[in-house]
Amino acid sequence: MWQALREQLHPKGVELVTVGLDTLGDAGCRAFIEAAAPNHPSLLDRQHVMAEQFGVINIPSSLWIDEDGIIVRPAEVAPAPPRDTPRELPELPEGMPARLTSIMQEASQIRDDSAVYHAALLDWVEKGAASEFAMSPETVIERSRPRNPTIAEGHAHFEIASHLELNGNHEAAKTHFRAAHTRVPDSWTFRRQAWSLEADETTPMGRFWQGPAMGDEASWPYEGDWLKDIQAVGAENYNDPWKP
Amino acid sequence: MLLHSLNVGSTEFSKTTGWEFKPEGACKGAVCIPCDLYGKREINAQELSDTLGMPLVKAEVPGLWALGPESINSRALTDARAADLTLPDLAGNEFRLSSLLGQKVIVYAWAPY
Repeated sequence: MWQALREQLHPKGVELVTVGLDTLGDAGCRAFIEAAAPNHPSLLDRQHVMAEQFGVINIPSSLWIDEDGIIVRPAEVAPAPPRDTPRELPELPEGMPARLTSIMQEASQIRDDSAVYHAALLDWVEKGAASEFAMSPETVIERSRPRNPTIAEGHAHFEIASHLELNGNHEAAKTHFRAAHTRVPDSWTFRRQAWSLEADETTPMGRFWQGPAMGDEASWPYEGDWLKDIQAVGAENYNDPWKP
Repeated sequence: MLLHSLNVGSTEFSKTTGWEFKPEGACKGAVCIPCDLYGKREINAQELSDTLGMPLVKAEVPGLWALGPESINSRALTDARAADLTLPDLAGNEFRLSSLLGQKVIVYAWAPY
């Protein structure tokens, strides 16, 4: 869908750059990128530099940058372009694990500001700096994520964790992922990345399960999991509401 | 920035973090912090940490540390000018965001999980 939007907007001087945030890099992202068959740059971000450099805390997120390389909207939730027909949730076959049903229920209640976001995007494409949705530099900075020494430490721990994971030291990686989670509690990407790395070939929904194996909950190495954490915050609060 | 030694090469440090050492101090974007690090080929990681406010974290395994980002203005962004994001594509080619100057750009972060 973003690919189609890109084709529509590219003749108006817009380029889309997709960045896959995944420790597993090529191995994690290739299938998805090839399925999209993009004409635009599609990059791999193993270390989550998007978090450190731009304050990304969840996916999918976007930032808008003007022709001079100035950010006009800092990292925010990026909903899929509005569909012509309303999305139908898949019918779940009988006998699905209860957790899967719960995940689908929570996901269906996540707020979706697709209409306002994409109207704003088209407005900016047409009007550029004159668009009311293009922020001033001061506002861009103000609206970017908080950062303090504890959060910065969290980024350092995440970088160490990623490196350890890629070098086959999963045990030590988990220690540093946990340290990152504690120091950057707002980051869903730090948590989801770590949770996704616990999946194996038996995990239902693979890397999207992001939680304990059924019947083996005690060995889950993390404080939270996707279902527990989204229930704690409330699915309607999972995404910040889109603000002009 | 990942470190395998507490002696940090200044050129590599500048390339990785965007901090440049000038006679007037360490500078990044519109910020300059007065210091005496200009001209040094190697700098101690703790000194970098103390001068620039970048936390130095020791890994659980020997011989590995990381310097976290600075937190100068309590925001992820100290400047609205976009960092020159540099990342590989599927083919392994390095891509720089600055190659798109002259176009509007939407940077879209996603994940396969």
